[in-house]
Amino acid sequence: MDLKELYQEIILDHGKNPRNKKKCDGFNKDAKGNNPLCGDKVHVFLKLNEEKQVVDISFEGEGCAISIASASIMTEIIKGKDFNVAKKILENFINMLKEGSKLSINSLSDKENTTIMSLSGVKQFPMRVKCATLAWHTFLHAVEDNKKVVNTEK
Amino acid sequence: MDIKEIKSKFPIFSNKVKGKKLVYLDSANSSQKPKVVIDRISNFYSKEFSNVGRSMHSLAVTATNRFEETRDLIKNFINAKFREEIVFTKNATEGINLIATTYGEKFIQDKDEIIITELEHHANYVPWHFLRKRKGAVIKFAECDKQGEVSIDSIKKLITNKTKLIAVTHVSNVTGTILPLNKIIDLAKTKKIPVLIDGCQGAPHLKLDVQKLDCDFYVMSCHKMYGPTGVGVLYAKKKWLEELPPYQGGGGMIDEVKKDDISFPESPTKFEAGTLQTAEIVGFAESIRFIENIGIKNITQHEKEITEYGLEKLKKNNSVSIIGDPKERGAILSFTIKGIHPHDIATILDDDGVAIRAGHHCCQILHEKMGIPATARASLGIYNSKEDIDILNESINKCNKVFNN
Repeated sequence: MDLKELYQEIILDHGKNPRNKKKCDGFNKDAKGNNPLCGDKVHVFLKLNEEKQVVDISFEGEGCAISIASASIMTEIIKGKDFNVAKKILENFINMLKEGSKLSINSLSDKENTTIMSLSGVKQFPMRVKCATLAWHTFLHAVEDNKKVVNTEK
Repeated sequence: MDIKEIKSKFPIFSNKVKGKKLVYLDSANSSQKPKVVIDRISNFYSKEFSNVGRSMHSLAVTATNRFEETRDLIKNFINAKFREEIVFTKNATEGINLIATTYGEKFIQDKDEIIITELEHHANYVPWHFLRKRKGAVIKFAECDKQGEVSIDSIKKLITNKTKLIAVTHVSNVTGTILPLNKIIDLAKTKKIPVLIDGCQGAPHLKLDVQKLDCDFYVMSCHKMYGPTGVGVLYAKKKWLEELPPYQGGGGMIDEVKKDDISFPESPTKFEAGTLQTAEIVGFAESIRFIENIGIKNITQHEKEITEYGLEKLKKNNSVSIIGDPKERGAILSFTIKGIHPHDIATILDDDGVAIRAGHHCCQILHEKMGIPATARASLGIYNSKEDIDILNESINKCNKVFNN
């Protein structure tokens, strides 16, 4: 277990300067996530068009570097993608953190791949997986209009 | 006092964490266990175990005697007047729930008021919230100031003729504030209001004399006192235990059971339904002996020294903000580091074998008041030394390096 693998430059950058941390204009879906034991909170907003394309996505929230960076990275990667692709990325991402499996998405650009892979070190810190997955599960709830608050501590 | 020698009595410290020496700074959460306690539980199961207070065979007699011996030790440890005033619970939380339920049932009516403080652990708020929902009780929060102090005036101004109970912590598990219990209880006595003390952060560290203190209820958490998990103690004045109805129903807590009615025995039996954590309670006797062998006043003194050393050291570290500045502080140092979330601090410290807790420490009301979602907390036990504080401080510097601060 190496701290440098967990706190990579990309993560620190996204943690300190999160992208899309606002309510995006004209959002038509949103959902909340809350990990009450540690206090991480996220609110994901997205604009989904009729073709189920994620036209815009943003988040608000508070939490540790991992949870904020993961939410920020998620918005960067998912913005503009079709929901089906986004869902595939999400499933891949969660499997990577939980099972240690490799990403099997071909459609990601090299930059996107590097960015999402910066979170792969989290799998070595089981206590922190819940931080990294909170925003992603919340995104899914938003698309599905699931009003139940997401909790990844369970 | 030879802290190295005392520390050597705790087997956990012979293990490495991530290849590093364990620096355990999470005793406010739960303390580590000395070998005598671990061995006692094992020996009890190997040689003396049976259920207590029921069967007539020899083992049952031995087990019952051992079990009741713990009650006597606790009675003496806190200087209670009667052994019947010591009720075993599963934890301190259950002790507060027991009072909230039974006292609430008998004495709380719609609009009656309960005073707690903004410092309280959720265990000393949520049970009263249930009473608020169930019986329409009103919960009033005595304010804490920026230093983390709750003044006697902040309690005084909340008291009305509707006040039915004051429930306060002995020591805050976040700011470390030692509350002015004598003043609070004196004030409450003049108004004939009973007082409950959440002693989770008090009993493991400070000399206790419940007769002198004159509180009505005092709850303790044995696993924070070098004892096993699953055991708590409720001290209550005998008159209350006589007056209050039973809490949970079941075996062991009955007097006579008929088809049309049931009668109940006196305390503590009345409040101890079902088979309790027998081996753990027997094991806890060794925790009390362990504390008494060192001397609770020596423990207080040692921890005070290390806390002061820690305060001095962390105050010199420019990136660190200490939470609260109470005049009287228990063995707790909560802090934040600019630009680094407490969870990240905890992960980085863990990499150096330093175990702290990060989060809201079950005190969301206090964190909201302070305007910070979470803090990092280093809390001490008898096994901690100045060296532990030095390692903590070095590790805090590492946090800044990792985050390029």
